[in-house]
Order: sequence, then structure tokens, then C-alpha cells
Amino acid sequence: MEPASHGLRESATFDRATIHAIQRAAETGIYDIRGWGAKRKLPHFDDLLLLGASMSRYPLEGYRERCDTDVVLGTRHAKHPLRLATPVTIAGMSFGALSAQAKEALGRGASEVGTSTTTGDGGMTPEERGHSKHLVYQYLPSRYGMNPDDLRAADAIEVVLGQGAKPGGGGMLLGQKITERVAGMRTLPVGIDQRSACRHPDWTGPDDLAIKILELREITDWEKPVYVKVGATRTYYDVKLAVHAGADVVVVDGMQGGTAATQDVFIEHVGIPTLAALPQAVQALQELGVHREVQLIVSGGIRSGADMAKALALGADAVAIGTAALIALGDNHPKYDAEYRELGSAAGYFDDYQDGRDPAGISTQDEELAARLDPAEAGRRLANFLRVMTMEAQTLARACGKAHLLHLEPEDLVALTIESAAMARVPLAGTNWIPGEGL
Amino acid sequence: MATLIDLAETPVRDLNQALHEAPVASWRVLNPRGAHAVACGIRGNFTVDIEGHVGYYCAGMNQQATVTVHGNAGTGVAENMMSGTVRVRGNASQSAGATAHGGLLVIDGDASARCGISMKGVDIVVGGSVGHMSAFMGQAGRLVVCGDAGDALGDSLYEARIYVRGTVKSLGADCVEKEMSAEHLAELAELLKAAERDEDPADFRRYGSARQLYHFKVDNTTAY
Ligand SMILES: Cc1cc2nc3c(=O)[nH]c(=O)nc-3n(C[C@H](O)[C@H](O)[C@H](O)COP(=O)(O)O)c2cc1C
Repeated sequence: MEPASHGLRESATFDRATIHAIQRAAETGIYDIRGWGAKRKLPHFDDLLLLGASMSRYPLEGYRERCDTDVVLGTRHAKHPLRLATPVTIAGMSFGALSAQAKEALGRGASEVGTSTTTGDGGMTPEERGHSKHLVYQYLPSRYGMNPDDLRAADAIEVVLGQGAKPGGGGMLLGQKITERVAGMRTLPVGIDQRSACRHPDWTGPDDLAIKILELREITDWEKPVYVKVGATRTYYDVKLAVHAGADVVVVDGMQGGTAATQDVFIEHVGIPTLAALPQAVQALQELGVHREVQLIVSGGIRSGADMAKALALGADAVAIGTAALIALGDNHPKYDAEYRELGSAAGYFDDYQDGRDPAGISTQDEELAARLDPAEAGRRLANFLRVMTMEAQTLARACGKAHLLHLEPEDLVALTIESAAMARVPLAGTNWIPGEGL
Repeated sequence: MATLIDLAETPVRDLNQALHEAPVASWRVLNPRGAHAVACGIRGNFTVDIEGHVGYYCAGMNQQATVTVHGNAGTGVAENMMSGTVRVRGNASQSAGATAHGGLLVIDGDASARCGISMKGVDIVVGGSVGHMSAFMGQAGRLVVCGDAGDALGDSLYEARIYVRGTVKSLGADCVEKEMSAEHLAELAELLKAAERDEDPADFRRYGSARQLYHFKVDNTTAY
């Protein structure tokens, strides 16, 4: 019988997950490392609503009147900016964390709808380069697999300072995922637990970053857009400094952002929500007079066309997805429930990306498991999902009378809660009140 | 005859574009005056002689070329070099040869902190001394220091090998002194020769990873 049905009461402070965490720590003596992003409830895009048109605004006709979706990234300095058909991109996820099949599937799905995908810690694989029309090459502190030929083969370069899941943290790829191929790409012994540094080895601070970006541009003859990715913390200042350092595009990843392997305590307790970071980033760009000239990509918990539309309305130029893309490929699918349970998890709960035993064949280097993922079929699912996201956002934008997704604006939004109103800087629904405004 | 480029007149952008495009056998660069990113991202079997001091990231990501700085070099000289040779006649600032995957970096004078940080296969020979945290997280390749090494040498080292002739102020986490066998003496002799140095390999000591941090263990938490 359900304990609650005969009056037993679970503690809100010591809920079952907390009790389990204490028991687990007591038994193992080591902190919990897991994948996925923050699981706690946070103010998010669900707390915002769009104001459809009626008398004072008029809407556009669905399926008839155009609502364009194209976006150009990297117009500030690059000779060849990225021209994407839809403002949703695939975030950087490493080969190593993900199987080669999963990386290929991400490339296929993104390319089918004309958007970009991104490498990750560990370098570029031929699979993803071959299957990605627009490929962003990450430049990370570890510099695993960092190769100037790959840099030249990329369509854009993303200098990674941090991720929303772990701003200020390095990385750890556990030994079970360091196969011969992964080890070879990273110049490391097979099977060891591989650490990724939290700071870049040859620069610190914004003044150095400006010179680093100059070097990357010089190496690639000023052809490619240079992105700077930060985990959301002091976003207002970080975005300003990134712009001063010369970024063409700033990527802000909120604390809900996914990860392949990070300490649970880090995921849940460091950084600020995507919703709180986005208006800070926009303010920074506006104050520098470069909003829309330096493009803003926002990630961390983006799940739908509604999230995308609201992020764009708040001033982002595009969004990026990680976790949602993996789910579209087949992650956490109910058909693997029995296998997830054998691993002590369940479909809908699985977050052990660090572990390498993913039954869906996505976050693994095990050949048999990885072979379960058909890159063509998984790529098609991702393309479907990206199309749905785009159509959803278009539907909402047309209802607001917008002929382009990027015409959405803060004025189209209201907030459901005081917290989200204060963070997003839009009025509480039914009022003119923006908490904190005028202070 | 070397092709001459005078940075007092020509922007670094034009120099690098020329180096990326034109396969000339030898280049001389005048008046670098501490400019950043000089001769970075170059690829090909040619020589570049830079007559003076350079700023950050000189010869960054070099592939095959031989670059000589007749002066001092700023932060990150030859960072992420893949192959070829980079030689600094004077001293080098921080993070010399950072993350470099291959080739040979020779610094005739001293190198500053973090020399060979995250090195991934490069060989580095320093005629003078190196600063603290040198070869931090070094994964592969060899670092030879003819002078002294600063604090925390080889901290969190993977498989890079370190040879030091002078004193080591302190070893970093998981870095230990190791036995010098005939094989090591031979490889050291080769490296010294490649760097055109005449120190005696027998005067050096070898350091490497104790490999105790290779697996994440609760007993190691103070080291993480
Ligand atoms: C499996 C996995 C691997 C990741 N690897 C990287 C990486 O190598 N580099 C990086 O900058 N971010 C990495 N991330 C973070 C993503 O780039 C992105 O910031 C995040 O997933 C966005 O949040 P979302 O998952 O809620 O969409 C990874 C995320 C996941 C889920």
C-alpha cells in the first residue's frame, strides 16, 4: 500500500532522493557523478506566456502568410558567417561521451533541416564532419584532439569557457568510456579516468582571450565565426567581456544545461537558470550597442518550439539543444525500460551518461550497445523533432503577428510568477508590474 | 635568398596570409616588436626567421615549418604545435609549447611558468630554467630542462617524460623521480643533440607519473 494513503508523510526537506543520496554517500565515500542537467524545479520558460494578437495587434494567417526562420550567425568579423535555416542548433557534445553513431546521427539530423551541430571535448570525428553541413568546432581547455586541420575544416569555432551544468568546473570521462579510439584521439592511455582541465592552458582572463581569438582568426584567415561559450553565472559581465574580447557569437548555457558527467552537487548548486541569464546577456549586448550584431545563442533546458519562441522574444538569436536532441535520438525511450531498470534506473529517469552502459547506444563506447543506434534513423527522428520545434515556434510567432521568428520581442511576453517576472523582466500577467523595475 | 617581410610596414595579417598561401623556401621577418600571433597556423616545409621579440602565440599550431625567434617570445609560443621545429634564441614567457602534439620546441634561455602544460607529444628542450607548474597534466612527449625547475613540476602528469639537470623546487601531485635507464639516457642524448646542446645526459634526473591518479578513488580526494 502507498505509505501516503495511510497517513505517512514524506519530509519535504529529507525527501526520498535526499535520503538515498546520504545513504549512497555513506556507503561509497564518494560523491555522485552523473549526466543530464539540473533536476530541481527552477523558474523557466514555462513561467512565461505569449500574448497572441487580437484587437490591438493582428495575427498572421497560419500556413499562408510567411513566418521566416532563417538566421545568420557570425556577421561581426567573419568572412563566412553561418547561414542557418532555423534558429535551433545542436550543442557541443563530445565524441567519447557519445558514441560515433550518435555523433553521426546529430550531424545528419541537423543537416537535414539546415542547422549546425557542434563537436565537443575530444576533437572532431570524420563521421560528424562528413555528415554535418555546418559544423562548429569547440576549442576547450583540455585541447584533446585539437588539430589545426580540423580547425580549418570547421565552419565556426567555439571557445568554451564553461558549461551551465558546471561553470568553473572541469570534466571527467570515466575509464570505462576510454576505448582505444577515444584514448587515441585524446593522446591518453586506454581505460584511465580522464580529467579535463577547468581553465585554458595558455590564457586567463578577457585580455588574454582577445589575443587568443586573434590567433584563432589568424590561423583560419578570418574566415570563420568565433563563438565564446559561457556557463551562466555573472552573465551580464561575462557577455560584455566576451564582446570586448572579440566574439562574433556569445553562447550562454543556463544551469539546467546537460552534461555527460559532472558531480551532482555541482549540477544542482552552481550557476543561474537560463531564464535569469538571458535578459542579462541581452542587456549587456544592448548596452554595448551590439545586440543582433553579436549574436546570442541560449541553451539549458530548451525542449520545444515554445521555449525557443520565448527565448527569441527575450532577445536571443538562436537556441541550442543537447538533452532534447539526445531524447529525440532515442535516449530514455520506454522500450529500454527493462534494461534501464537493470542498471538501477528507469525510462524517464536515466542520467548515467558517465557510465558507458547506455542501452539506447547513445552515451556509450561499447560497440554492441552503440550498434543499436542506427544513425540514419536516429538522424531522421532528430530532424523531425527540429522541424516540429520550428513549426511550433512559427505558430506562436504568427499568432503574435510576426513575419519572422526573430521579430518576437519582450513586449509579446508576460510572466506567471513574480520570480519569473523579475528574472525575465516582463510584467506579471494581468499587471504592468515588472518586479525590480525602476530600482 | 629569403623573402623579406618588415612588420614595421606590413600588418601581421598580411604576413600570415602570405605564409599560409605561398610556399617559399625561406622567410625573414623584421621588426616584430612584440606582435601577437606571428607566423601562426603555418603549414609546410619552409623556414621563418623572426628578427626580434614576439608577443603571444608565435608559431602557434605550427605544422612542419622551422621557425626561429631571434629574440624573446611571449605567452604560448608554439602552442599546439603539430610538427616541425620552433626555436627561441632568448627567453620564453608562460605556457611555452602548451598542448603541442608534436615537433621540437627549443628555448635557448629560460621558460616561464607552465612550460609544456598539457603537452601531447611535443619535445621541448629548455637551455635555462622553467617556472612553476611546468608539464602540468602532460600527456605525452618529453620536456628537457638544462637548468632548474620551479614548484609543482609535472603536477597531475600523465605519460609525458621529464628530464631536469638542475634542482627541482618541488614535484606536483603524482609526479615522482624515476630511474634513468640506458634507454632514457639514449633518448635524452638524442634530444640534446637535436637542440644543439652539449650537456651530458648523465647529469640529468628523470621524472614521470606515479600513475596514482589514473583512477578516480576516494583515497585521492585531497589530490583532486
Ligand atoms: C552528453 C553531453 C555531452 C556534453 N559535452 C559537452 C562538451 O564536450 N562541451 C561543451 O561545451 N558542452 C557539452 N555539453 C553541454 C551542451 O553543449 C549544452 O550546453 C547543454 O546540453 C545544453 O543544455 P540542454 O541539455 O538542457 O539542452 C554536453 C552535454 C551533454 C548532454
